[in-house]
Amino acid sequence: MLKVDNVTKVYKVGTFGGRTMTAVDTVSFDVRPGEVVSLIGESGSGKSTIGKMILGLTPVTSGSITVDGVPIQPGKDYYRTVQGVFQDPFSCYNPVFKADRVFALIKESYYPSVPDAEWTERVRSAIQDVRLNPDEVLGKFPHQLSGGQLQRLLIARALLLDLKLLIADEITSMLDASTRIDVLNLLAELKARGLGVLYVTHDLSLGHYLAERTVVLRRGTIVEMGLTSKVFDDPLHPYTRQLLSAVPRLHAPWDDIEPPATCLYHERGGVGGLLEADPGHYVACAQLSDC
Amino acid sequence: MTTTTTLPTEERVVRREALYFAVRNTKLMIGFGIVLFLLLVGIFGPILANVEDPNEYVAAAMLPPSSEHWFGTTTFGQDVFTQFVYGLRTTFVAGALGGGIAAVIAMVIGFVAGYRGGWVDEILNMLTNVVLVIPTLAVLLIINAYLGIRSVGVQALFIGLTSWPWAARSIRAQTFSLRNREFVDLARLSGMTTRKIITREIAPNMSSYLFMTFILLFGGSILIASSLDFIGLGPTEGVSLGLMLQNSTQWSALQLGLWWWFVPPGAGITAVVGALYVANVGLDEVFNPKLRET
Repeated sequence: MLKVDNVTKVYKVGTFGGRTMTAVDTVSFDVRPGEVVSLIGESGSGKSTIGKMILGLTPVTSGSITVDGVPIQPGKDYYRTVQGVFQDPFSCYNPVFKADRVFALIKESYYPSVPDAEWTERVRSAIQDVRLNPDEVLGKFPHQLSGGQLQRLLIARALLLDLKLLIADEITSMLDASTRIDVLNLLAELKARGLGVLYVTHDLSLGHYLAERTVVLRRGTIVEMGLTSKVFDDPLHPYTRQLLSAVPRLHAPWDDIEPPATCLYHERGGVGGLLEADPGHYVACAQLSDC
Repeated sequence: MTTTTTLPTEERVVRREALYFAVRNTKLMIGFGIVLFLLLVGIFGPILANVEDPNEYVAAAMLPPSSEHWFGTTTFGQDVFTQFVYGLRTTFVAGALGGGIAAVIAMVIGFVAGYRGGWVDEILNMLTNVVLVIPTLAVLLIINAYLGIRSVGVQALFIGLTSWPWAARSIRAQTFSLRNREFVDLARLSGMTTRKIITREIAPNMSSYLFMTFILLFGGSILIASSLDFIGLGPTEGVSLGLMLQNSTQWSALQLGLWWWFVPPGAGITAVVGALYVANVGLDEVFNPKLRET
């Protein structure tokens, strides 16, 4: 459904845009209906930029993004089927308006002819779908609600549309552990409804919990990509290995982490510079033994 | 909250809410009350006074305030109260027109430059900087010499066309920072157009700031108008509070102890601008839900 093909994003920086900074470098992957793909990477790896490009909030420098074979055209019709939920729920609401205004905007843009009473019913049922009590959250200002409530309201907002693809950009990083698992389970439900979800995160365990496939991103390029089980159980790229060893574990003492790998993915080949190590399991570096 | 109520549309809610908190805000009510009172004096005072020319010599010179002449008379025997009510009207016109024109230009340029960014921003910024450094006084002298127009309207228009740059710059900066907030992204994801995002997401978010800009421009226009009057570039007919202050200084009201000549216009200017400031603080509380005391 979603196909990201050799996408590159170059920012102009400095006075008069004299210098350039490549945030995303020839990235290709896809998301199928009813599938969660997690995009894992450290801060500054370009994962949020990819999310923004898919949502049409940032233009693509080169390459193409298609949904169902059609190049994306950011606009009203596109956002009927593709939506995003962002990292910081507090900054997603205009603080001078009540939180339920996000629903009113959806009605205004997409369902102007639906009678008010019916719309209220729809909103209430969407809010119940994300396991909130409508009476507790409607008619309140954003600062009167918790981060978890706000984040779930944003998911409820997306549910009001005919959604095919949801870009979830670090949606659980501001939430506490118990709320986080609720939100993750919500995403799993969306998946069961046949939605494609791109789950952008820096948290490996959350990606592992949720995603069918995993894309590991470093400095704007994909270093490894494949089925989550493959990537997590048999990581090929040294960066992936290092990431996995850096995950804090319960019942295990802190251990010295290996120094960062110096592999610069030399001798890249294949599609988007990736090699197919196993069927469906791609890795960046051609000389694995040297890394 | 009852379960049977429908979700009202956002416009209505905002308006009703704002009004609800507005009438309960003491600062706002006091500030607007004073401005409204002076405005009414400026509107109806001249109608009641009903004189042909407020600068007419109507009584003996240098009379202190009395029941006949509420604010006394000048060294020429002009009635200060009559001048005051006419001057108040002129001052409101100059302030509202000058401040209004400047505020509209500043908002259009500030919002567009801040939201669009890129080369649009570069061009508008350049225009702003050019106008910012224009020597207003020299231009006004030239315009005066060529056109010879000396009405309050032209004066206000000139003030409006030259005093917007700093406001445009600050609105641009504010818009620039709001543009990168995620609720703007979310508005875009709700299918809103750029114009709608500016008028319905960004502008309401900084509405008290915009109002403050207007108040500052309003007060600034009054002060600029007074200075222009002072150097003889003001309107030739009629009277304004600035002109009254200037005349009182010129004819040594301070040295002669004619306090009733310069206190009313000075207090008038201070009251209008000061009351607008107080109202602005109250308005901030009305527009910003976090500052409300509930």
